[in-house]
Amino acid sequence: MSAVTHHIPDAMLAAYAAGTLPHAFAVVVASHISLCDHCRVALAAHQTVGGVVLEDSDAVPVSSSLKDNLFAQLDAPFVPEPVYDRSGIYPGPVMEALQGRALKWKTLGMGVRQDILTEDAHGSVRLLYIPPGQAVPDHGHNGLEMTLVLQGSFSDETGQFGVGDVEIADEDLEHTPIADAGDPCICLAATDARLRFNAFLPRILQPIFRI
Amino acid sequence: MPPECIGYSDQTHWMIAIRDHQDRDAFAKLFDHFAPRLKGFIMKSGTGAAQAEEIVQDVMLTVWRKAAQFDPHRAQVSAWIYQITRNRQIDITRKESRPVPEELKEDPGTEADASQVLGLEQEAAQLRQALANLKPEQREIIEKAYLGELTHQEISAQTGLPLGTIKSRIRLGMERLRHELKDLKQ
Repeated sequence: MSAVTHHIPDAMLAAYAAGTLPHAFAVVVASHISLCDHCRVALAAHQTVGGVVLEDSDAVPVSSSLKDNLFAQLDAPFVPEPVYDRSGIYPGPVMEALQGRALKWKTLGMGVRQDILTEDAHGSVRLLYIPPGQAVPDHGHNGLEMTLVLQGSFSDETGQFGVGDVEIADEDLEHTPIADAGDPCICLAATDARLRFNAFLPRILQPIFRI
Repeated sequence: MPPECIGYSDQTHWMIAIRDHQDRDAFAKLFDHFAPRLKGFIMKSGTGAAQAEEIVQDVMLTVWRKAAQFDPHRAQVSAWIYQITRNRQIDITRKESRPVPEELKEDPGTEADASQVLGLEQEAAQLRQALANLKPEQREIIEKAYLGELTHQEISAQTGLPLGTIKSRIRLGMERLRHELKDLKQ
């Protein structure tokens, strides 16, 4: 775990604690923290600040029935929220996003495969499978992209990314990630917009593959 | 009160009593302290009084039910309740479950370390003081950020808050857990 060298920026952790990060990115942040004590500590620091803001909030009296209603429920039976443990290389938050289903890899060509976990108007999060030596097609970004390595590693113009590392790319970064030799590279990738592929897949196919 | 807990804040006392003994008197005190602050906190971001009370009730019930997860070596009671509150607010308003990291697992037999708990409380008190000392406009930005009113692009990495020392303290609390777990595995 100490090998993780690419972390989540502080502003993003604060937004994650406050809950303003779009869902797709929150899945990546929660997955990274599951693998990285450094960011788990940093998140706890942000939660402490949030706690201070809460503690210093102006007290507004609550109605008298609230406490009675609450105490009446303390013994009520309840179903605990499901806990999602890691499974192999996949952290708990990925297992949660899968909702118990098996992986369904879809081929994108050149041995690259993907499985879209969730997708909504604010973005999408998917698993990507890239064979060793294979480039993820050269692409720019319409928005923000976060990529967390779960197996193997990849390298691009900005450096090398191994298990637990997260790369954050914005509109300004034109990069070509290439999976390193060894195990196939499996990543968790979130975007808030469709990627613009410059080659590899004709633009017209993008809606079909939903990249 | 167990002798090793002398010096803990009231909130930490109450929460440990709730966690270890399902202590309803302690829960009543925790409620009296936090419920009005929670209501104020939730209403600050524009939620009406009636819905704010629903969320307060929901949050406090979650605090009761998840008490076993509270670890004073790593988190202040207020920090722990803050995260539960934001999670519940998102679950309710967006009707989607917020992804959360895997929990660190603690062996129930792990000895409490009072010096670590007190050390974290002291760091949190200093952080609270640092926040109080900020210029009003700086403080307002931080409040907005943690109330969930700013996107991550709007949150500057330079908040002006010294988070380094509290991170060191939380790290010790976490390493204690990792250390114990390693001992267990050997």
